[in-house]
Amino acid sequence: MVEKFDCIVVGAGMSGNAAAYTLAKRGLSVLQLERGEYAGSKNVQGAIMYADMLEAIIPDFREDAPLERHLIEQRFWMMSEAAHTGMHYRSDAFNEARPNRYTILRSQFDKWFSRKVREAGALVLTETTALELIFDAYGACVGVRTDREGGVVHADVVVLAEGVNGLLGSRAGLRAPPKADHVALAVKEMHFLPAETIEARFNVKGDEGVVIEAVGAISRGMTGMGFIYTNKECLSVGIGCLVSDFARSGETPYGLLEAFKAHPSVKPLIEGSEVKEYAAHLIPEGGYKTVPQLCGDGWVVVGDAAHLNNAIHREGSNLAMTSGRLAAEAVFQIKSRREKMTKDNLSRYPKALQDSFVMKDLRKYRDMPALLHTNSRNFFLTYPELVAKAMESFVRVDGTPKREKEATTIAAFRKARGWTGLFGDAFKLARAWR
Amino acid sequence: MGKPVEVRVEEKLYQNRYVVDGGRSHIRVVARGEPSANLMAMTTLCPAGCYTLTEAGQVEVAPDGCFECGTCRVLCEPAGEVEWNYPRGGYGVLFKFG
Repeated sequence: MVEKFDCIVVGAGMSGNAAAYTLAKRGLSVLQLERGEYAGSKNVQGAIMYADMLEAIIPDFREDAPLERHLIEQRFWMMSEAAHTGMHYRSDAFNEARPNRYTILRSQFDKWFSRKVREAGALVLTETTALELIFDAYGACVGVRTDREGGVVHADVVVLAEGVNGLLGSRAGLRAPPKADHVALAVKEMHFLPAETIEARFNVKGDEGVVIEAVGAISRGMTGMGFIYTNKECLSVGIGCLVSDFARSGETPYGLLEAFKAHPSVKPLIEGSEVKEYAAHLIPEGGYKTVPQLCGDGWVVVGDAAHLNNAIHREGSNLAMTSGRLAAEAVFQIKSRREKMTKDNLSRYPKALQDSFVMKDLRKYRDMPALLHTNSRNFFLTYPELVAKAMESFVRVDGTPKREKEATTIAAFRKARGWTGLFGDAFKLARAWR
Repeated sequence: MGKPVEVRVEEKLYQNRYVVDGGRSHIRVVARGEPSANLMAMTTLCPAGCYTLTEAGQVEVAPDGCFECGTCRVLCEPAGEVEWNYPRGGYGVLFKFG
């Protein structure tokens, strides 16, 4: 079946669906390849979906997209062994007509998105694994070989939306495979509880939802984060750490997850739940400096495959959707001018990405990954423990004069990191944040 | 927290859906003498517990419970100790919720 399309999209996650939809909607002939039984069957995310970036693609998505809860409250927890120090932001302003953020279940959401892609006119082939890219004698990508019989398909341009662990682009030498200190391994369980129980435990009503993100002793000195997201009738509970840290520590990811679930701050929230799925996935964490070359003759790369993930703000799917859309718009512009899909012409896409929030945000935090990854014990173990002790001393009333309490707290910080360490850490953090 | 929690990963995998491609393993360990630190790390790091250490000191993989996350590929493919491919279309893990 040597068939020729305007465009082949490899993968049916956030970036692939955004690209395929945008291309098909503009009248291009699109083939999308997905190796799972259905779009979403291989995809894992927390998951929070950011409305603004989906609205740019499907403005009326709220009419039929499977959304779980809109978020009205964010909790940041800094965790020590038996305590957490928290910062919460909750606002009724998030109960708006067009809410800003939703929790979703990726398998269901991606099925919906894929239906939209088909309705827009793309041909979606599921249960089809893309095996390799095909290049012509001049090094331009001209198609994909799949594991279907006689499975070579040709196109003017291939959109690589193959995810963080995509094999095609890295095996063809278009980008380096991910490195152990640039990806986190996250594990997650789906804990089912009646909606009323979730609402009572998280102090919400109706479709309101809460996000808890937690750092500290739970990652045992590794660069990592735990999370609890409220869905309609289940909680997504997970934890992730850098693969290189995991490899050094000898910790098991599921052991870490169990310990997180057993933490006294977490345990009551998930008490009595029924676990219906356990999943794992890699997350690109290297930021700006690990974003590879984004296009070449006959190809573009989008989403997680291009390491477009903002680890500091825990945003990924919105960067994925935006990159998929911008790549598709670039392809459409080239096509409508009847020009060739050369690297030069396709560089409209990286240019558009540079001008968007995607690369602006990644550039802002370009020094954060290295800072957090090399100082993980201080930022994820020492400071959370010190803060917990300081907070306990602040709130416990035991007759110790306040001045003495403050002196003890300051001495503890000084002993742990020294003045140079403390000011150095603050300076480095501020500089990387800037 | 603090004290290690005894966890059996097999019990977690029991909840998941898989279509196993009998006789075709999409991950292979290429045996060549003593396993490297990275390959040894997979015996604790694999989130599905697919890697085990044999009595002979070799690391084996049985990827029936695999999530296709790619952690072992990241750690062990560069040195050639692991050969990694995606399962054939339609096979492998099928996430109900993801």
